[in-house]
Amino acid sequence: MRYLTDRKRAEGKGAGHSGTEHHWHMQVSAVGLALIVPTFLYVFGSALGGTHDEVLATFARPIPAILTGLVLVFGLLHFKNGAQIMIEDYWRGTTRKAALMFTTAFTYGLIATGLFALAKMAL
Amino acid sequence: MGGLRVACDEAEKETDMAEQTSGPGGVERPLSPHIQIYRWHIPMLTSILTRITGNALIVSAVLVVWWLLAAATSPEYYALADAVITSWLGDIVMTLSLWGIWYHFLAGLRHLYYDAGHGLDIPTAEKLGWGLLIGSVVLTVLTIIII
Repeated sequence: MRYLTDRKRAEGKGAGHSGTEHHWHMQVSAVGLALIVPTFLYVFGSALGGTHDEVLATFARPIPAILTGLVLVFGLLHFKNGAQIMIEDYWRGTTRKAALMFTTAFTYGLIATGLFALAKMAL
Repeated sequence: MGGLRVACDEAEKETDMAEQTSGPGGVERPLSPHIQIYRWHIPMLTSILTRITGNALIVSAVLVVWWLLAAATSPEYYALADAVITSWLGDIVMTLSLWGIWYHFLAGLRHLYYDAGHGLDIPTAEKLGWGLLIGSVVLTVLTIIII
């Protein structure tokens, strides 16, 4: 028998002190991505291999630009949190910390670069 | 990792039966499976592939962002990036990316289904695994035909 109440156990949000936030983020981003990725594949696949003018015209339109922006931001955040689990499974100590920092910085850098490119074409 | 856990349980039973009589020092407990002689199960394989595809898709993301940046920079830079991505090597990478994204898509849906507490019995988990493998190839071929 445990003398802790359910409330007391929930208060610290478990050993990681972050509760189910990570898992919940993965579920929310998974559902969101499942809804937009098929259309993105069509938009990107159609644009790929076109002339430079065709590509500029595609991403000047609101739906391809917004859709690509959403897939980049939430796809890469979903990647960052998924890669975090892999890193935490396979590495420990300084290697783990360095890998997590690198993945986080790399992900945000890629998001910023993609958004810059989209903004330049769309505006 | 629901699928992996189901697969492990099944394998543990088999290992257990083999180890009970010949375990070192007569230790009667489920011993950890030896990875080199581990029989691959469909839920196990498909669970590992989820991680591999999800993490490998960063390569595709880098290529897509590079292509977008090139298109936003100049016609010359775009011509270079587009030529690389639509070269034979680029085609292989992009086709693998397409399969990877469809595989991870279906695996993610299965993950949500598992998380809701469904499909965790072995026969269903095996069927779902085959569904991922076959479904991802079918969706990849369909996408290539449509685009």
